[in-house]
Amino acid sequence: MISLLPLIKNETIKIIKKKRFYVILLILLVLVPIFTYAQMRSAERTREKFHGDWRLEVQQQITDNENSLGSDRVPDEWKKFRKIFVQQLQYYLDHDVNPNEPNGVTFTREFMSNSITLFIPLLIMAIASDIVSGERTTGTIKMLLTRPVKRWKVLLSKLVTLFMFTSLIVVSAFVITYVISGAVFGYKGFNLPVFTGFQITGSDVDLAAVHGVPQWKYLLMQGGLVWFVSLTVASLAFMVSVLVRSTAASIVVMMAALIAGTILTNMASAWNSAKYLFMVNLELTDYLSGTPAPIEGMNLTFSLAVLSIWALAGLIISFLVFTKRDILN
Amino acid sequence: MALTENLKRSEDIVLSVEHVKKKIGRKWIIEDVTFDVREGEIFGFLGPNGAGKTTTIRMLVDLIKPSSGKIKVCGYDVNKQQEKALRYVGSIVENPEVYTYLTGWENLEHFARMQPGTDKKRIQEVVDIVRLDQRIHDKVRTYSLGMRQRLGIAQALLGRPKLLILDEPTNGLDPKGIKELRQFIRELAEGGLAVFVSSHLLSEIQLLCDRVAIISRGRVLAVGEVEELVAANAKYVIWDLEPHEAGKQELSRRNGIEVIEQADAVLDDTIIAGMGLNAVVARMEEEEIASTVSHLVNSGISVQGVHKINPTLEQLFLKMTEGESID
Repeated sequence: MISLLPLIKNETIKIIKKKRFYVILLILLVLVPIFTYAQMRSAERTREKFHGDWRLEVQQQITDNENSLGSDRVPDEWKKFRKIFVQQLQYYLDHDVNPNEPNGVTFTREFMSNSITLFIPLLIMAIASDIVSGERTTGTIKMLLTRPVKRWKVLLSKLVTLFMFTSLIVVSAFVITYVISGAVFGYKGFNLPVFTGFQITGSDVDLAAVHGVPQWKYLLMQGGLVWFVSLTVASLAFMVSVLVRSTAASIVVMMAALIAGTILTNMASAWNSAKYLFMVNLELTDYLSGTPAPIEGMNLTFSLAVLSIWALAGLIISFLVFTKRDILN
Repeated sequence: MALTENLKRSEDIVLSVEHVKKKIGRKWIIEDVTFDVREGEIFGFLGPNGAGKTTTIRMLVDLIKPSSGKIKVCGYDVNKQQEKALRYVGSIVENPEVYTYLTGWENLEHFARMQPGTDKKRIQEVVDIVRLDQRIHDKVRTYSLGMRQRLGIAQALLGRPKLLILDEPTNGLDPKGIKELRQFIRELAEGGLAVFVSSHLLSEIQLLCDRVAIISRGRVLAVGEVEELVAANAKYVIWDLEPHEAGKQELSRRNGIEVIEQADAVLDDTIIAGMGLNAVVARMEEEEIASTVSHLVNSGISVQGVHKINPTLEQLFLKMTEGESID
């Protein structure tokens, strides 16, 4: 009987020797400075405009948004979003907290919250889409499955390795973003308060449950949610990788699903049952910051449940198919 | 006495395949395959392309599950007790596909981790056996086809198997490589290993194998010792006679001689190409040749040549598959 550990070691070696993980780190190391630079420029501009007074800046944002509420050309959906946004900004203003304080920690928080639906999943797919279909494309699956090892063990070792690397990607994304943006905006900001707990009903924001948490704590909560979303995406990409023979097709299928998700998020509020699709439930961090959910009736618990069910179903299908299937080529 | 002999034989059986059938989609790819492979023998699996050789091999190593029938390796069911059965099997299915971004050594380490009881020492042993020690620490993508083939054999030997399965092992090798491989396989078999070799090349099987199973269209047509199968095959004699027509008639009138009108259905192309225009192909026993010659001469027919055809597996094969292509 072969234990799982040597198999996991094998899979880890293959991912590292294939240089997949280095490519992911390289992408982060190239893209994060670009985003940091863009953020720096926009911060410079607002500083010039408002002479460094953030209250004026927030006030201006509130006025801009309120003005647009009167316009007929703005769709009702957007008006709802803006009303909520205005109330949140007002709350920050009332409590004398700058929501856009430029520092490494705030940048990391913003960046991760923007990366959760597409960027991080894309990095994960670089590994997940290839992990099974890659062996089929090259034919090495035959070598792998003619060993005296049960098929479910082979697949489980791949899944464990994938989850390890997924976690590593999430941690690397946080660390790289913080280190690079910190070099520009400063490494402080862990103890700044961030408000969370906005309850949204219709277009009103219930402020009763709102409380400030230090940013480091917020970052931890956010990290947990990003990690959860990442594992879900990894599980689904894993399933596609089992079902589809070619790595390219496997990436395309997952990309299509994720992009469909971002499009649907922007237009599906009228189609209520779309909330059961995994790809519109990926923006878990929005529940933390108080951005309204794309479809009525969605909340953190709901989204976590939907994602869990999708991930679990994906894994069950993966194992059923992989252990039963004839390897014909 | 015969009973104990039989029992002893069944203990030697390393691989037994019993009435295996496989349906893929709506088509029966394998209709009925039965054979045994014994310890220390080189067993040939011969059939035209598309006959079901690779499908059968995939079933032997649990890549495909048979629709019905049983496959046992050293007494363990391959499809139900794969962890036990596959310990005794080393295989190369189709091409030896290894990880090209790893070195040869790293590949062997990878497969050794999946095989109980294989350590660094064993890896070094198989590297020495296949004589790959010069390049073993280079990336596999820099290897030639022959070297990949050898690395494939090295990984197959890692777990000290009792059964080695090689699917068309001479594909892509040059004549020198083929000769070396043949020598190498014989050495392995002398060490007690059962070697299962598939091929569509009749000469290859005849040169290498002790026993052979002939498969066509998903059915095993014959299993037996290569020598026996060949010996049981009808013998042919080519007569060069003048005048042609009269000679032919005289021949066909004799007992125990059958004149073959369509020679290409039973003989190799190379033999047919060497035949003269006046040639007559006859199926007959060797012992009859002398008396037939004198009879023909007495009948006023001049015998310009008598050519005995040494029986080959190819003739047998052609007869069995009735002219199906064997390219």
